[in-house]
Amino acid sequence: MPIPKEIIMQSRNHSDRSNTAYFFGTCLMDAVYPDAGMAAIRLLKSLGVTVVFPPDQSCCGQPAYNSGFTREARAVALKQIRVFAKPYPIIVPSGSCAGMMKHHYPDLFAGTPDEDAARLFSERVYEWSEYLATVLAVELEDRGDPLTITWHSSCHALREMNVIRYSKALIRQLKNVTLVELERETECCGFGGTFAVKQPAISAAMVKDKVDDIRRTGATTLVAGDCGCLMNISGAMEHAGVAIAGKHLAEFLWERTNG
Amino acid sequence: MGNHTRFDFEHNVTGALADDQLRKNLRNAMDILVDKRRAVFPDSEYLEQLRSAGNAIKRRALKQLPRLLEQLEANCTKNGIQVHWAEDTNEANRIVLDIMHRHDAPAIVKGKSMVSEEMHLNHFLDEQGIEAVETDLGEFIIQLNHETPSHIIVPAIHKNKDEVAAIFHDKIPDTPYTEDVEELTAIARRVLRKRFAAAKVGLSGVNFAIAETGTLLLVENEGNGRMCTTVPEVHVAVMGLEKVIEKLSDVPPLLRLLTGSATGQVITTYVNMISSPRKSEEKDGPKEVHLVILDNGRSRMLADPEFRQTLLCIRCGTCLNHCPVYVRIGGHAYGHVYPGPIGKILTPQMEGLERAGVLATASSLCGACGEVCPVRIPIPDLIRRLRNESYDQDGSAVVEGGGYKKNLAETLVWKGWELANRSPMLNEMGTRLAGKVGKRMPRVGPLKKWTRVRTSPKVARASLHERARNEGVKDE
Amino acid sequence: MSSHQNARDRILARLHASGAEQTTVPEAPLPPELSLDRDAKIERLATLMAAIRTEVHIVDTGSWLEKLRELAREKGWKRLLYGPEAPIGSAIETAWASDTEGLPELVAYTGPVETFKEDLFQMDAGITSVRAGVAETGVVVLWPTPHEPRLMSLVPTVHVAVLDADTIYNSLAEMMAVERWADGMPTNALLISGPSKTADIEFTLVFGVHGPKELVLLIRK
Repeated sequence: MPIPKEIIMQSRNHSDRSNTAYFFGTCLMDAVYPDAGMAAIRLLKSLGVTVVFPPDQSCCGQPAYNSGFTREARAVALKQIRVFAKPYPIIVPSGSCAGMMKHHYPDLFAGTPDEDAARLFSERVYEWSEYLATVLAVELEDRGDPLTITWHSSCHALREMNVIRYSKALIRQLKNVTLVELERETECCGFGGTFAVKQPAISAAMVKDKVDDIRRTGATTLVAGDCGCLMNISGAMEHAGVAIAGKHLAEFLWERTNG
Repeated sequence: MGNHTRFDFEHNVTGALADDQLRKNLRNAMDILVDKRRAVFPDSEYLEQLRSAGNAIKRRALKQLPRLLEQLEANCTKNGIQVHWAEDTNEANRIVLDIMHRHDAPAIVKGKSMVSEEMHLNHFLDEQGIEAVETDLGEFIIQLNHETPSHIIVPAIHKNKDEVAAIFHDKIPDTPYTEDVEELTAIARRVLRKRFAAAKVGLSGVNFAIAETGTLLLVENEGNGRMCTTVPEVHVAVMGLEKVIEKLSDVPPLLRLLTGSATGQVITTYVNMISSPRKSEEKDGPKEVHLVILDNGRSRMLADPEFRQTLLCIRCGTCLNHCPVYVRIGGHAYGHVYPGPIGKILTPQMEGLERAGVLATASSLCGACGEVCPVRIPIPDLIRRLRNESYDQDGSAVVEGGGYKKNLAETLVWKGWELANRSPMLNEMGTRLAGKVGKRMPRVGPLKKWTRVRTSPKVARASLHERARNEGVKDE
Repeated sequence: MSSHQNARDRILARLHASGAEQTTVPEAPLPPELSLDRDAKIERLATLMAAIRTEVHIVDTGSWLEKLRELAREKGWKRLLYGPEAPIGSAIETAWASDTEGLPELVAYTGPVETFKEDLFQMDAGITSVRAGVAETGVVVLWPTPHEPRLMSLVPTVHVAVLDADTIYNSLAEMMAVERWADGMPTNALLISGPSKTADIEFTLVFGVHGPKELVLLIRK
């Protein structure tokens, strides 16, 4: 099933058509979900994209930015702006990090000498599934066995990047996959970066409800587009002895199409 | 103010989360409110346009705030409404007390007013031997039980009907126990109609004060607001100074946003517009109308271009209804008059960061509040700003208590984080170390909190950096 | 008073010094206004108000009093509050002049409320004319007058409102503009969409909490 035309039409008219793109691995993916990162890269390469992974990249700066340490956030963000210097699109396998780089960098650098650089950088940022669905207009062929999954929308993918429609459009291309939606799909899982440790009791109540919601779907796999949510929800499911696998969208799609 | 000097948020949260009944009541109630709002705004394009208009109207009012307040005062005065100004809640309480004394009034009937809650007026009057009678059904219920509102629109929403039945039975003489909501409502009607008929002074809040005509606009469904503002000889209206709007033509869009966002209604049962006391030929209505304009920190908020946006708020409460934190802990846990997302930005600015800054940590920054706010207050951005002010790195904090959280340990942690994320070598070393130590990582500090309900994050043995390099991904 | 005067000046001085005056506010156009023909406006107003428990009767201008008598008998009111000097006052008196069998006693709101309060709180019904209607949100609009005071539409158990179909506007904005409300507001202006109601206990909708338990709307066409 091809990506619906109205979705492709939403593609930002990026000036760079060289088919070379940067990949920003995110700090959590780097440390905890490198398999998902490699899957995201491989899928892009299989679609003909020349992927560049600058080794000096690190973190988007959001943890400090959301915790009251703007100065440190800015220093780390500036590092990324310098590292991703060429005019390629920057593909980010996380709605949250993408939201930070796309929507908050301009504010973070407003009134500083790097203001223009930050703005130009932010214009090149794509969330991974957004890039696949809009710029590449992929047609995925499902090679996996029948499977029932559920999907978790990360808050920033949903509200800052508005890319959930792309992620789901990709999943819906998989003919053997049944997507059972959560009852409260748009409700936060309780991760929120340092929120999870600054307000552990509230965060715990939120992730418990999320896990209950996931269980009620009867799905055997939870797919999400953000490593933060995934780490939170999977960790809670494992702690509670719930045998549902949590998977990043990129890893899931790679397995379904190349497995 | 006395009731929250010993504010312990963590304690409140623990208590609230352990109360299954509370959480059930809240979840049911918030689901209903969220559904009703969605149903009343079926056309998202229309809603987004209306929200932008609401934002522009309120911003236009804030831009001319002092001029509009002067105009409101002049027009009210011309119409015969007596206008008073109060710097803080203490002054506002004194003004109300003076009026009570002048009319030798032993009691005051009150329509729902969040500003009167902010003033802790009931408590203040009680100390002066004056009885304040809450007449909104929800407020009446919780007043009987000596509680404060847990929601700014539906104040008794944390109570189910069994609990209300018990309160009525215990606190209203000669009241049989009944869980029938119609009967419970009839009991309140019977009790309160007597109070309306007898009261010399009635109090109300103000939803919008229209500068152009000197008009006070109130919305409600029950009719108690109309009772309080029409039956007694004296009507006292209290308002925060941000309630003033420029002109009547600003009313329709704001009204639509307010009632739609608050309760999912196209319009409330009553919209009550008051522009003067009883004129000589008129047969009813109060002979005196007073308007108390309260600052209590609001003028300070106006001075900061970002915090100023707090004053756009029209007190619809929809941010509470959509908040994943509020729905789990309820309004009382916030320990102050204004709960939920709006409370997280309003309370620290009013009470100072030392007393209420912790509220700014109680957000996952999920953005649900900002997404629904009818006047587009960027609540998550303001929460983030309050977090900045809490550490006040560059000495530019404007909120009282700025920098109260500044401490060496946290500063060093983030400095270390910065260095690691700026230096590719340190970054890779760190990830590698974490990968090696892996499961043996000591469960202290943040990790201890994390692992209460989750397994430890599984740091991979080879990072994505390493994998990409080994698998020959281009590096430039 | 002087200390309050000072509070005023201090507050205003801070507001003036806030710098808010220098901001620019972008224009944000309002969503398009409703525009319906006469019958559609009647229909919409009636539907919306009926949906929140208003009892709506659309009657010929010539027969509204007959309908009123019928309702009064049917509902068994004992006393009906009315304004003798109001536009509909003498018509009601005429309709009550003969054959009062089963009809409520007409009670005139003549004195100031202070002399009348006890009686007022005992009324079964009160009838008022209304100034206009608004189709968009489904409300009737009252500007209470000395002849039809404010409490007539609030205190009696039933409020009967008499609306002329030709006075229904599309929207609140249209009404305010056409009637030039900004030129002068009355002591009290009211929008009423239904009987008094509450949902404060578990969102169970109950009518008649403090104000009228019923709102009867007669639309004269």
